[in-house]
Amino acid sequence: MTLPLEVENLTFGYNGRPVLQGVSFRLMPGEVLGLIGPNGAGKSTLIRLAAGLLRPLEGMVRLFGRAPQDWPPRALARQAALVPQGAYIPPTFTVWESALLGRTPYLGFLGVPRERDRQATWRALERVGIAHLADRFIGQLSGGERQRVVLARALAQEPRCLLLDEPTTHLDIHHQVAILSLIRRMALEDGIGVLIVLHDLNLASTFADRLALLVDGRLIALGDPRDVLRSDRLLAIYGSGITVFPRPDDGGRPVVLPRYWDEAVCLTE
Amino acid sequence: MGSSTVPQALRFPSARRRTPFLIAAAAGLLLVGTLGMAWGAVSIPPFTVARIIGANLGGSGVADWPAAWETILFQIRLPRVILGGLVGLTLAVAGAVYQALFRNPLAEPYLIGVSSGASFGATLAIVLVWRFGVGGWNGVSLAAFVGALLATAAVYGLARVGGRTPITTLILAGVALNAILSAATVFLMYMMRDAFQAMHVLGWLMGSLALADWEKVRVVFLYVLGGLVVIGGYAHTLNVLQLDEEQAQSLGVAVERTKGILIVAVSLATAAAVSVSGVVGFVGLIVPHIVRLLWGPDHRFLLPMSGLIGAATLILADSAARTVFAPRELPLGVVTAVVGAPFFLYLLRRQKREVF
Repeated sequence: MTLPLEVENLTFGYNGRPVLQGVSFRLMPGEVLGLIGPNGAGKSTLIRLAAGLLRPLEGMVRLFGRAPQDWPPRALARQAALVPQGAYIPPTFTVWESALLGRTPYLGFLGVPRERDRQATWRALERVGIAHLADRFIGQLSGGERQRVVLARALAQEPRCLLLDEPTTHLDIHHQVAILSLIRRMALEDGIGVLIVLHDLNLASTFADRLALLVDGRLIALGDPRDVLRSDRLLAIYGSGITVFPRPDDGGRPVVLPRYWDEAVCLTE
Repeated sequence: MGSSTVPQALRFPSARRRTPFLIAAAAGLLLVGTLGMAWGAVSIPPFTVARIIGANLGGSGVADWPAAWETILFQIRLPRVILGGLVGLTLAVAGAVYQALFRNPLAEPYLIGVSSGASFGATLAIVLVWRFGVGGWNGVSLAAFVGALLATAAVYGLARVGGRTPITTLILAGVALNAILSAATVFLMYMMRDAFQAMHVLGWLMGSLALADWEKVRVVFLYVLGGLVVIGGYAHTLNVLQLDEEQAQSLGVAVERTKGILIVAVSLATAAAVSVSGVVGFVGLIVPHIVRLLWGPDHRFLLPMSGLIGAATLILADSAARTVFAPRELPLGVVTAVVGAPFFLYLLRRQKREVF
């Protein structure tokens, strides 16, 4: 069986400065794998490598058994969808037009959408709760609504692997919970493999099946949130301004709370 | 949660709202073409123009017009109107493609070397023709065409780094090469002893269809047709490319290949157009913006509509250029700028929505 995503001994750098070193993990069908780590740890670079936007220096990335560069572009876009951080959509596009772009890898010559494409797009808009905005212009939306348009576009691609880079940063807590619950349910029901970068450790702890902790380009922990988000480990990485509690209501999944830290300085590398 | 169905309003949004405008624009183009053939030193009533053409297309009717009118129409005015239409069509579509490809509202068909290359080639040919006395206007056309293609190829080659051609690098390389070639053209003109020769170059630089004939129509038509067929196939891809390149790639667009194919198609068509008309500014820059302002950014509509309006604009401008100060002809580029720019500014002020 081919897995949605396999990463083996992955190494990457920009101009000789290493960004990722020897990263290995596998993403299973139906699994939500949360990618966490401090700023500059290499999370977005890892997502971009997985999507085939960058080529590894060493090691390999396999999407459903093949390196992304070995897939024909359209076929790859039917397998894997990417939600990049801060994705730009021109303000003059409508929500409907923007989401319909997710059907690009299915359209024939001249790009005329069929009924099937419209239905998949509409369903994606409904799922992320913005179908009522379909004829609005992107320029008229809030940051959170815009973020959901990009997610709807990715869902309209009907992928078997979702690569999400901070898809909920601009959302209020209701929509964060709603979107991440939707993603988790889709993963489980449709067997989609989801690799998701989350800055918020509590969201990661709550919605991911497993977590991968990336620090300075190295994968230093991989597994159940209870094991990865250990107090001593997080204090060493993020400093003493946090407290980690096991949640009483969710099987002891950890929550991370900030606290006042009188010796705080911004860490430099 | 039961999934509801797609609202009817979203089902055929573009087709229903927009097709009538395309039909109207095509009809308008025919009307403008007829008027363009009616006006001139010998004025022929527009309805008679239509009847003469109808009769020659195999229609019946009594030929109650002077035989000279047919000669004027078919040997002088019709090729000029068709050539003007082809040039306007090419410039407007090329401008729309480059604005989309470079995601830059200031992009126009001449951005990456076509006009400066053509100008330098034409100027060089004019100089050499006078020196060595070979060829004629066709030599100038050919030199302009080759110059345009060489310049574009040079810009593309200079901007290509490690298998990629970043848009910003491409635009900046274009700006640099345009500067060099423009300087070289001005230098050549400056060194000319013969004022008539310099006027010839100047006239070419400002655009003119005065030397239109069927031979030029035939040459341009092939390149324009080929370019448009290729570009038409990429209309939806151009929509996707309005996102950034990484998003386009993740949606299955082979970005670098698309860029290469479109630049070749646009360059061939534009180089052919410029080689017979000289540098006609404004149409390629503004017409796509007018269409975008009025009907939005969908390239499946934007490209054909820009083409139709561009063709009509150029035919009208050329008709004005040769009749307003007759028997003298105004430079075509002057007319398109003087009439078109204020109209565009009016639209810009009136419209509330974002342009680009």
